Amino acid sequence: MSTTGKVLASQLRNVARSRWILGYGLLLALLTWLLLQFGGSGERALLSLFNVVLLLLPLVSVVFGTLYVYNAREFIEMLLAQPVGRGTLYTGLFGGLVLPLGGAFLIGVGTPLLLLGGGGPGFAGQAVMLLSVGLLLTLVFTAFSLCVAVLIEDRARGLGAALFIWLLTTLVYDGLILLVTTTFDRYPLEGPLLALVFLNPVDLGRVLLLLSFDVSALMGYTGAVYERFFRGAGGSILAFLMLGICAAVPFFLGLHWFRRKDF
Amino acid sequence: MTPARLRISGLGKRFGRLDVLRGVHIAIAPGRITAVVGPNAAGKTTLIKTILGLVRPDRGTVEVNDEVVGRDPAYRKLIGYMPQSARFPEYLTGREILGLLTGLRERRSGLDEELIGQFCLDAHLDKPLRTLSGGTRQKLNAAVAFLFRPALIVLDEPTAGLDPVAAGILKDKVLRAPSEGATVILTSHIMSEVEELAQDLVFLVEGNVVYQGAVQSLLEQSGESRLERAIAAILSGTAP
Repeated sequence: MSTTGKVLASQLRNVARSRWILGYGLLLALLTWLLLQFGGSGERALLSLFNVVLLLLPLVSVVFGTLYVYNAREFIEMLLAQPVGRGTLYTGLFGGLVLPLGGAFLIGVGTPLLLLGGGGPGFAGQAVMLLSVGLLLTLVFTAFSLCVAVLIEDRARGLGAALFIWLLTTLVYDGLILLVTTTFDRYPLEGPLLALVFLNPVDLGRVLLLLSFDVSALMGYTGAVYERFFRGAGGSILAFLMLGICAAVPFFLGLHWFRRKDF
Repeated sequence: MTPARLRISGLGKRFGRLDVLRGVHIAIAPGRITAVVGPNAAGKTTLIKTILGLVRPDRGTVEVNDEVVGRDPAYRKLIGYMPQSARFPEYLTGREILGLLTGLRERRSGLDEELIGQFCLDAHLDKPLRTLSGGTRQKLNAAVAFLFRPALIVLDEPTAGLDPVAAGILKDKVLRAPSEGATVILTSHIMSEVEELAQDLVFLVEGNVVYQGAVQSLLEQSGESRLERAIAAILSGTAP
């Protein structure tokens, strides 16, 4: 086994045994099951589930990741005193977080979806879209968490920064977009809005998910613009690609800082 | 293994506005036990972490067996390190930690498990590490430093947190290290311990080396019989 593999295996064992990750998986399973059972028709249940995924996944990934890296500080030092390179260890840390978080999400949400099924004709496609967007958001926010934990020494400030990132991407950013639309409502805004959406991973996820339903009409005029842009395969691929970039940028920034960090 | 040779040249490190190391030169001969002593915030731990590559120096070099330490982590196969305090991943067991380390070092035979036996760690190796007491974790920490028969052993405050019996076992192990093929560097605040263990002394004050040489010759130069007094004399500027 390679050095990365050995580090990863030990991380996985450690994270998988923590009750946090088990609780997270169970919570997701319970929510999915409740929504599918009592959330009305299949399509409406899935829509509610989308909102849960868009809010909860970034929060759990960024907070769990940040806290985990702070807790692992001494262990990281111990491993760095072994013949282990910094890049190797960083990759192992990232994998050791993403795999359990992503796994808990896939199993927690996927199992009830598979068992209960239901929904409209597009159900399978919508479920796959939900799982892929969820996995990508897990990648993005775990990468953010590594960045925060590597850059900020103090644990309390780091946790604050992690929560700030979550608030910014899920709530504040939408407020900002709203502000832009109301302030400049005399101008054609489709282009700038599309650009704004592309800069925020949560918004990208939201647009991708909504467009897999036939509800873009609910989003009004801009919905039609999104519809036109994203409905073609090219738009969706571009959105997925952008989500990938949103994960890669913080990942490599974190790696850059990790290589230079003093422990 | 043959004991490692260590040379530190012009080592400097700043943390923000704080000059922690200011051009430190140290040469450590193979097979010697050297103690790094100094008041709090003298730069002892930073010096040790620089040897391990945990802290990146601003200037200067560390050479282990005449090779300048850089990005390649392979040289750390030669080093056994016991940090000041050890916290391990909470949910792993001691045996899993040992398994991980032997895997990373790619060594499964010829291990030095003497300390594991003497500390009676076997009984604790299958429990999750978060359930172990601080002292037990520190024993594991010490055992890990010696496990791979390293050519260079680096101990940061080795007896802090150990009970007197365990501290005695560890000190005996340190004293045997040169004959088992290792060079030893340790930091300590306890001068009686330094007198007991170390042949050589590096005395750091505010990031500068103010004395480097044999413990014995420092005592002779200062005319004191106890190391504690000799150190105090240097600090107050009366001797050498």
